[in-house]
Amino acid sequence: MQGIDDIQLRLLEEIAGLHEVPEGAFNIRANGQLASRQNTAHIEIVSKEDGSGIDIHIKPHTKKESVHIPVVLSKSGLKETVYNDFYIGEDCDVVIVAGCGIDNCGTADTQHDGIHRFFVGKGSKVKYVEKHYGSGNGKGERIMNPTTEVHLDEDSYMEMEMVQIKGVDSTQRSTVVDAAAGAKLVIQERLLTHGTQHATSEIIANLNGEGSSANILSRSVAKENSNQIFLAKIFGNAPCAGHTECDAIIMDNAKVSSIPEITANDPDAALIHEAAIGKIAGEQIIKLMTLGLTEEEAENQIVNGFLK
Amino acid sequence: MLTLKNISFDVPADKGEIGIIRDISLEVGDDQFVVITGPNGGGKSTLARLIAGVEKPTSGRIYFDGEDITEKSITDRANMGISYAFQQPVRFKGVQVLDLIRLAAKKRLSAADACQYLSEVGLCAKDYINREVNASLSGGELKRIEIATVLARSSRLAVFDEPEAGIDLWSFQNLIQVFERMRNQTHGSIVIISHQERILNIADKIIVIADGRVTKSGPKEEILPEILGTASAVDACKFYQEDK
Repeated sequence: MQGIDDIQLRLLEEIAGLHEVPEGAFNIRANGQLASRQNTAHIEIVSKEDGSGIDIHIKPHTKKESVHIPVVLSKSGLKETVYNDFYIGEDCDVVIVAGCGIDNCGTADTQHDGIHRFFVGKGSKVKYVEKHYGSGNGKGERIMNPTTEVHLDEDSYMEMEMVQIKGVDSTQRSTVVDAAAGAKLVIQERLLTHGTQHATSEIIANLNGEGSSANILSRSVAKENSNQIFLAKIFGNAPCAGHTECDAIIMDNAKVSSIPEITANDPDAALIHEAAIGKIAGEQIIKLMTLGLTEEEAENQIVNGFLK
Repeated sequence: MLTLKNISFDVPADKGEIGIIRDISLEVGDDQFVVITGPNGGGKSTLARLIAGVEKPTSGRIYFDGEDITEKSITDRANMGISYAFQQPVRFKGVQVLDLIRLAAKKRLSAADACQYLSEVGLCAKDYINREVNASLSGGELKRIEIATVLARSSRLAVFDEPEAGIDLWSFQNLIQVFERMRNQTHGSIVIISHQERILNIADKIIVIADGRVTKSGPKEEILPEILGTASAVDACKFYQEDK
């Protein structure tokens, strides 16, 4: 791939599963610069005039197409804030793959703050996949603070899969969604922290329209001395259905806070929250040991399965 | 192939210690089908856990093929060829049935091969292979999957702790056939803890354990007539009628 070095290529593979130029529309940003871009007949990516990010326009009725917008940083000390706006027309069915990989071998902190806004048109269906990954053995921290804003128009559907499994030292995630009548939101978040990492994730869903729904599922594993705070807030402002469930495995000396909040501003808002934090059950480890795994292998299997 | 010599297992209690297992010695031969029975609370499950290495005896030695395994870990014993099916199978969020069977088989089985083990325990494989081993499965389904993981290991010694516990009568009738099949095609020794007459009926050897001790031990022909009609050998239908 042109304009991409080996480290960046490895990061791209981790966050977007890309080995080569992807099909469909894409925009690859490397070390704060545009590295490569491709538009299609239905999807147009344009740089913002002030250079702060990109606008992605998806024409109405675009079906079975994808957009990849990965970001990779391999230079220590780089700090950037990027604004990406997605305008998705009516009656679309698209997959959007975002993601950020930072390799920091230096002593200065490297930071990427991505601010994504989605305007999902009537009846459209969007699958959004976001993966965050960090590597490099420098002392500089790898920091990612994604902010995501989603506006769901009537009868639209958005499924968001957000994964941060490795190497991000500090993250502050904020996701705010508002849903019009009949709009459906599904969020699946997977998080693993280790070392002295810190992660905060706040998800707010405003169910404003009749028949709207939200299902927010979070699974996380906190290892070693890391700590996590998870906040899920659902506001039922109309007859709607909301559910949030967060499950955490806690290990070593980690700390986890899970704070679900549901507010019904309408008597026909049906809202449920569930939250659980616990160690790996001893019986689970014993079972896998009776299959011939060592204690450590058993733990890894359980954690991998949980975050799959 | 398996020898327990003077095994005792005590647990701490308010006043001193309580003996759960008291000086048990027993032998399981090559390719032998042994059923251990006896009243609840007699120490049968503890015995299974001692064989698998989940618990360590307070005193006594355990030998597997002549080798002293008393100090060996669960993992070591599993890799030497001992399998153990839990009385209450464990649930795993996120781990799929296929994952568990692959781990048990210690190889990357194709989905089709893994399905064979599920079919053997009477589960319609394609409905289960991608399911998570979580709370969405019923007790009976979990139990069958547990048995399938032991089948997938095809080990030299398999220990089943009350395979009938927590299963409805309908499922149990089918499950007995699994053990009857294992009996006919056995390529290893099998130890089953059970009260069920139909399981006792296919045993080579029956051992009765009560109050932490072996009270009877011998060939089926000798022991079964002595215990028929007691709680150690119940007819499945009668058992479930009483249960209601």
